[in-house]
Amino acid sequence: MNLRAVWAIYRVEMARAFRTVLQSIISPVISTSLYFVVFGSAIGSRITEIDGISYGAFIVPGLIMLSLLTQSISNASFAIYFPKFVGSIYELLSAPVSYLEIVIAYVGGAATKSIILGLIILATASLFVPLHIEHPFWMLSFLVLTAVTFSLFGFIIGIWAKSFEQLQLVPLLIVTPLTFLGGSFYSIHMLPGIWKTITLFNPVVYLISGFRWSFYGKADVSVGVSLGMTLVFLAVCIAIVAWIFKTGYRLRN
Amino acid sequence: MPSILSISGVSKTYATGFTALKEVNLDIDRGEIFALLGPNGAGKTTLISIVCGIVNRSTGTVTVDGHDINKDYRAARSLIGLVPQELTIDAFESVWATVSYSRGLFGKPANPAFVEKVLRDLSLWEKKDAKAITLSGGMKRRLMIAKALSHEPRILFLDEPTAGVDVELRQDMWEMVRRLREDGVTIILTTHYIEEAEAMADRVGVINRGEIILVENKAELMRKLGRKRLVLELRNPLTAIPEAFSRYALELSPDGGQLTYTYDNQAERPGVASLIRDLEASGIQFRDIDTQNSSLEEIFVNLVRREP
Repeated sequence: MNLRAVWAIYRVEMARAFRTVLQSIISPVISTSLYFVVFGSAIGSRITEIDGISYGAFIVPGLIMLSLLTQSISNASFAIYFPKFVGSIYELLSAPVSYLEIVIAYVGGAATKSIILGLIILATASLFVPLHIEHPFWMLSFLVLTAVTFSLFGFIIGIWAKSFEQLQLVPLLIVTPLTFLGGSFYSIHMLPGIWKTITLFNPVVYLISGFRWSFYGKADVSVGVSLGMTLVFLAVCIAIVAWIFKTGYRLRN
Repeated sequence: MPSILSISGVSKTYATGFTALKEVNLDIDRGEIFALLGPNGAGKTTLISIVCGIVNRSTGTVTVDGHDINKDYRAARSLIGLVPQELTIDAFESVWATVSYSRGLFGKPANPAFVEKVLRDLSLWEKKDAKAITLSGGMKRRLMIAKALSHEPRILFLDEPTAGVDVELRQDMWEMVRRLREDGVTIILTTHYIEEAEAMADRVGVINRGEIILVENKAELMRKLGRKRLVLELRNPLTAIPEAFSRYALELSPDGGQLTYTYDNQAERPGVASLIRDLEASGIQFRDIDTQNSSLEEIFVNLVRREP
């Protein structure tokens, strides 16, 4: 295994995050704080608690997931799209690096960044509301699993995209709506009739529900199902990446 | 000595149906400078890209120092450095970081002393902390070379290395190529500046429409296909070429002041000496005489034109 190559790519990806610290770290922290002000204060004054959890505390896992999903996707998709766009991908393709090493390095870099971000948001949230984490091991497990899964998803988008517009398409038109509708700011039990069923087709529901369970021990769907769905999505992403590399799809002509 | 790079029956048809390479066979000798010439779209870059692992071939085999580029891609690719035609660098990285990155990518342990040497050799040392985006075009080109040399390759591909580079830098680059060759590095270059291939290369390959139409020792090629030209500046202009000289197929300049005689090195046409004797006998005097060898460029153009 060419570990030096993995480390070289990983280090460049991390360096990019520190170079663009304003965009990578500070802006998500600011937007999270704004969510607290808008949702926490404005709505929180009307909904005092859900399932016995104060509204402010209730939305914390959802907020972290919101950033984790969008940042994992954008970090990983940009990381692989950018060298494709400027042409410097030639070097990666001509290097003695296996596909597995490429994925470990890029996805590892993207996931690390979004995990750090998730923890920063958690720390920021603790300034606004008293936090309680009932299952720290599972909290970290969901955090890492989700970051890795969505970084893989982002990697796929980055390889698929032929333009910056396409790069933004999936995160903006699919992931963000699904996250907002995935129970970040409410319990799905609060939804009327048919919507409660429809929302179960939204994969993000399972991620947020499982993650929230690790904090408060309460979930919209059973935690086993949440974990299972996360693993299924991870497996799907791995299968697609394996296919991309097997066929050289949009990488090697 | 076995060749360091062996390309056998390689063809490439893109998904669009375009055939870029047809059954290419080529062997590159260890330590030589090989110039690959061909018009735009002839398949030069496709061939290089296949050897380097950037493009998948449709058929054929490629071995680098005995290593198959697919089965043993790590060993094969470790030996190769590539300087592509386009200036494609992560613009926001520093010179030092991007060259160190390349070295790591090829699995070599960090070696600051070596990276420093590469940067100094390419006059980039003063710019080591500058971001790539702030460099001039010529410096970016040198940075691309530094990246390719960072992992100490044994084969260096230079795809149009001096396109858009000023004269001084071009000379520096050729100097560097000579030094690399002295160190035993095999160099394969494509260029549009045929005089450079003429000055640098040991062997020349000509590729046209995806086929290698000729591979020849450069000197041999010049000898075989080269034409010589004798130009005589006449003391008194002529109105027409005298009938007696028809066997020489001479050309007269429009002002009648210059006679040009073109002849093949190995041709059976009458020689230069007999022409001069005949001119003197006819009382045609000349004040100056000049002979020119045809350049590789002319040879190349003739070869490519000859293709159906």
